[in-house]
Amino acid sequence: MAHSKSSHQQRIGDQPWLRRLLILLALGVITLLLLVPLLAIFAQALSAGSGVFFSNLTDQYTLHAIGLTLLVAALTVPLNLVFGVLLAWLVTRFEFPGRKLLMTLIDIPFAVSPVVAGLMYLLLYGSNGWIGSWLMDQDVQLMFAWPGIVMVTVFITCPFVARELIPLMQQQGSSEEEAALSLGASGWQMFRRVTLPNIQWALLYGVVLTNARAVGEFGAVAVVSGNIRGETNTLPLHVELLYQDYNLVGAFTSASLLASIALLTLVIKTFLEWRQHQAAR
Amino acid sequence: MPLNLKQLKRTLAVTGLSLALGATPALASNASLLNSSYDIARELFASYNELFAAHWQEQTGQTVEVRQSHGGSSRQAQAIIQGLRADVVTFNQVTDIDILHQRGNLLPANWNEQFPNASSPYYSTMAFLVRKDNPKNIRDWDDLARADVSLVLPNPKTSGNGRYTYLAALGYAQLKWGKDQQAIDNFMRGWLNRVAVFDTGGRGATNTFVDRGIGDALLTFESELHGIRAAYPDQAFEIVVPSASFLAEFPVAVVERHAQRNGNLELARAYLEHLYSEDAQRLLARDFSYRVHHEQVKAETAANFPELRLLTIQDIAGSWEKAMEDHFANGGKLDQYQRR
Repeated sequence: MAHSKSSHQQRIGDQPWLRRLLILLALGVITLLLLVPLLAIFAQALSAGSGVFFSNLTDQYTLHAIGLTLLVAALTVPLNLVFGVLLAWLVTRFEFPGRKLLMTLIDIPFAVSPVVAGLMYLLLYGSNGWIGSWLMDQDVQLMFAWPGIVMVTVFITCPFVARELIPLMQQQGSSEEEAALSLGASGWQMFRRVTLPNIQWALLYGVVLTNARAVGEFGAVAVVSGNIRGETNTLPLHVELLYQDYNLVGAFTSASLLASIALLTLVIKTFLEWRQHQAAR
Repeated sequence: MPLNLKQLKRTLAVTGLSLALGATPALASNASLLNSSYDIARELFASYNELFAAHWQEQTGQTVEVRQSHGGSSRQAQAIIQGLRADVVTFNQVTDIDILHQRGNLLPANWNEQFPNASSPYYSTMAFLVRKDNPKNIRDWDDLARADVSLVLPNPKTSGNGRYTYLAALGYAQLKWGKDQQAIDNFMRGWLNRVAVFDTGGRGATNTFVDRGIGDALLTFESELHGIRAAYPDQAFEIVVPSASFLAEFPVAVVERHAQRNGNLELARAYLEHLYSEDAQRLLARDFSYRVHHEQVKAETAANFPELRLLTIQDIAGSWEKAMEDHFANGGKLDQYQRR
């Protein structure tokens, strides 16, 4: 890792002109592919003036879409936080048959296309599905209602927390926890005083990623939503709906909200990475 | 800065609060109806629902809230079969309502006899949008096959919109050349060769034509062309209605099984019936550029809707099943025409 200061060997990229050219190229690509499209979202959203921007933002259905999206995130994140910690704990602190298989299974939501995930739930819980037809008789509606949206979002985002924690907990090992136990701490005390402080930054990082994906998920949600305006329309679906409607400014207004959430996520993520790095020292 | 339990508790409290806010139920009202519709009809039904709510309140004293679901109409039909409890459907394809009978038995087979005009309160046709002052002088289907013209339309393989245009062109050719299959084939091959971009859907085709500036003519629903022209006034697009084209129906039906279950049968019928009223027909024709049946409204808006010969699917291909089989299936006529 350490640079050897005495080395004067010529390597590719050492010539100043080449270095500058490469930097310029990288900046150009980033500007064209990332920065300009991002700016275009905000420019389009504000293209008809801030008055129209705010009237689009405070539209009854936009507000509902924001509320629903927040509700989905508020239910998904705590659920996957608990699930992720339990799962990471299980596979890093215990040896049991099928442990490797379980670690592979965690990745299924990453491997499966979101649309397929949505269809799986629809075929199972839809009114023609195995469980769905029974639920229909009980007058319980899961698909095409907010519970269905939460279900697929939980599925899509469930690996994030566990995936962040597992490598860290593997690396840290269980010696500190064993020490706590041998000094007479209860299980809960050990978790609170030893485990949690050790994993807190990775855990928060996982939560931020889970939240970002829960807010932005489109494919799986589109399948089970039923697109009922003011009822099952999340923010990403709302963007598409407005776009199909030739309401470009409205679509970009909602899109700019999502982009703002993404930018905020990036800031928090960078901060957490920095903290994690500090904690590791 | 260790994360302590107090912080966690506070986070959970905030979460609970936003949960309560997000779960606020829809405005309370006496009656509620769910209308499942095609994807570009959002503003249409937003306006119509207001009209109907006022009418219903006048008639019964009841306030009614109509909830809307929008999407591709095949996807919407699929969702209803899978359990989306829509009381009524207002679609843009007859076959998508047929499927509700065939797959789910959610409504009777003769659903299209329940309301006037084959249960299609309004209709449209396939027309052309050309650039300012019509520089290529496009007047009818023949002009589309000219070597100096390039076209943009949704792919007939993947979209109903594209299929309508294909069938409209075929109907025109059948009228013009009658039994001369050779001439019909030549014409079909000719104009399909002039297609610059086949987009997957109507929205994509509009983007290609307007934003990317590709093509001399955009082929889609007449009703949509009016919307596009109004959305881009600075481009001064012109609408060209050909001498003959396809009758694009917008069928409606009560999903009887669901409406009954929701206790909405009467309300659902009234909702669709009112689409034929003078006020509703005027709204459809004047604000959304659909062709309607009401005589007086027709007279008022005649200037916007040039007369043309309208052909049905029965005229052109016998039936939808036959059209799909003969023309749009793999290896069908469409594939043959496109082979060079």
